[in-house]
Amino acid sequence: MVTKEDVAHIATIADIGVDDSELELFTGQFNAILEYFGVLDSVEGGADAVHSRTNVFREDLVKPSLLNDEVLMNAQDPEDGFIRAPRVI
Amino acid sequence: MTVIIGLEIHCQLNTKTKLFCGCSTDYRDDGPNTHVCPVCLGLPGTLPVTNKQAVIYALRVAKALHCEVPAFSEFARKNYFYPDLPKAFQITQYDKPLALGGYIEIEAEGGGEKRIELTRIHMEEDPGRLVHKGSGDRGRYTLVDYNRSGVPLIEIVTEPQLSSPKEARRFLNKLRATLEYLGIYDSEREGSLRVDANISIKGYERVEVKNITSYKGVEKALTFEITRQKGMIRRNAQIVRETRHYQEARGVTTSARSKEMEHDYRYFPEPDLAPLEVSSWVEEIALPELPDARRDRFMQQYGISQNHARTLTGDLKLAEFFEEVTSGMPEIAAPWTADILLGELNYRDMPVTKVPNLHYRALLEEVKKGSVTDTSAVEVLRLILNQVMEGQAPEMPGVIIARLGLSKEEGESFVEVVASVLKENEAAVADHRSGKAGAINFLVGQVMKATRGRADPKEIARIIGDLLKD
Repeated sequence: MVTKEDVAHIATIADIGVDDSELELFTGQFNAILEYFGVLDSVEGGADAVHSRTNVFREDLVKPSLLNDEVLMNAQDPEDGFIRAPRVI
Repeated sequence: MTVIIGLEIHCQLNTKTKLFCGCSTDYRDDGPNTHVCPVCLGLPGTLPVTNKQAVIYALRVAKALHCEVPAFSEFARKNYFYPDLPKAFQITQYDKPLALGGYIEIEAEGGGEKRIELTRIHMEEDPGRLVHKGSGDRGRYTLVDYNRSGVPLIEIVTEPQLSSPKEARRFLNKLRATLEYLGIYDSEREGSLRVDANISIKGYERVEVKNITSYKGVEKALTFEITRQKGMIRRNAQIVRETRHYQEARGVTTSARSKEMEHDYRYFPEPDLAPLEVSSWVEEIALPELPDARRDRFMQQYGISQNHARTLTGDLKLAEFFEEVTSGMPEIAAPWTADILLGELNYRDMPVTKVPNLHYRALLEEVKKGSVTDTSAVEVLRLILNQVMEGQAPEMPGVIIARLGLSKEEGESFVEVVASVLKENEAAVADHRSGKAGAINFLVGQVMKATRGRADPKEIARIIGDLLKD
């Protein structure tokens, strides 16, 4: 069970302002999502199936990267090829 | 007050591609965000796949440092909100790292070897690069370049067994040399080796110092932090357990804001990556000759001192250079390379790979023949290095010696110079006659100056002795 305190704590770390009514809303949404996992847990074999394989690798071969224009296509207000973010320090 | 230091070293592995995608890691001369793809940008619907070569490189380090490689290891998500990682988590390893234990032996204070134990080595992805811009509270913003995001790193964690900044420097020199010998890292790449340190005074809280971006900054950062902590203890102030940032330009550490310390990473196993079962690979990994072995071989094969051998093998490129030039005259090449050349290179911040072998070897031959004095030979060496630094084709030593008239002349031709120096320095002559030990050195120095180093100091001392004999 996710509590309102959990949501408030995560919001603080992520530097996101959340007011009381949103806290209520998000807590409900978090718990609804967790219920889906409850369904998954009831499947036989459960989440362990993910780890049935080990040692999946690729070779160290270069593949083309995206063009800078493509990278910045969804970025707001890019600058000289950089993605611009709000100040973090 | 006993000092306790533990280190965490991040080393970029020099694979061709990133840890979980095929983007090239060679972005040095390219603009920001030109070596990124949907995987390292963390776009929805993408899946990471582990680079096999990165695992092999990490295992090579684990084997060289005598670590144990557990049968099973896995990646984990370290969740944090910071724009240097676009996914809002870093893929790293948590409770099941690639390698455990291990050690490095360093030269102990007062001779012998001291063993520094390692806690673990784990693999992780490098975050992106942030550039902080603007000024004032409202104008400030951050620019993000994800070219570095996803470059493979290993993090090597030591036990808190280092007892001084000097010892930490020795440890890092040894580690850096070993990583270089292993061919898994590029020492000339900026930021390829980064260090965090845990520092405490025995009996008090420990402080983590982050952001030591050059391994050369470590000794300075540690010295500052130890002085700060000791000062607080003397003033009866309380040392709080905290994270501090090293400010390279000012040489000080400053407290990180408490919010940045909020360690709430909510680690969990990375569901998108298959775990590793690679312990059986270790046996097949072949190790090259490592620094200690090479040092011992240098002593045996070339008959040079342990100190010279240690210095010459402390850097892979230097060791290779020495072996290329030393043939037939290690007794000259060892002190010249370890004591003189290295000093001249450090002074110029010049890599040994830029020294022209042919010219250097020819200079050593002139020294061996005795055709120039050591002083003149140093002058020739400086000229050659300066010519290389300025982008000119360097002159051969023989040409320089002839052009500048540096050829060592027979002692007797300096009798007149010696005589005039003695005349000009009556006070020193009187000192010498009254038995003052330093006076002769002063007089020899004056003659060397007058002859611009062409004279052999021993010969000059003899002539001075003869002339002053009544």
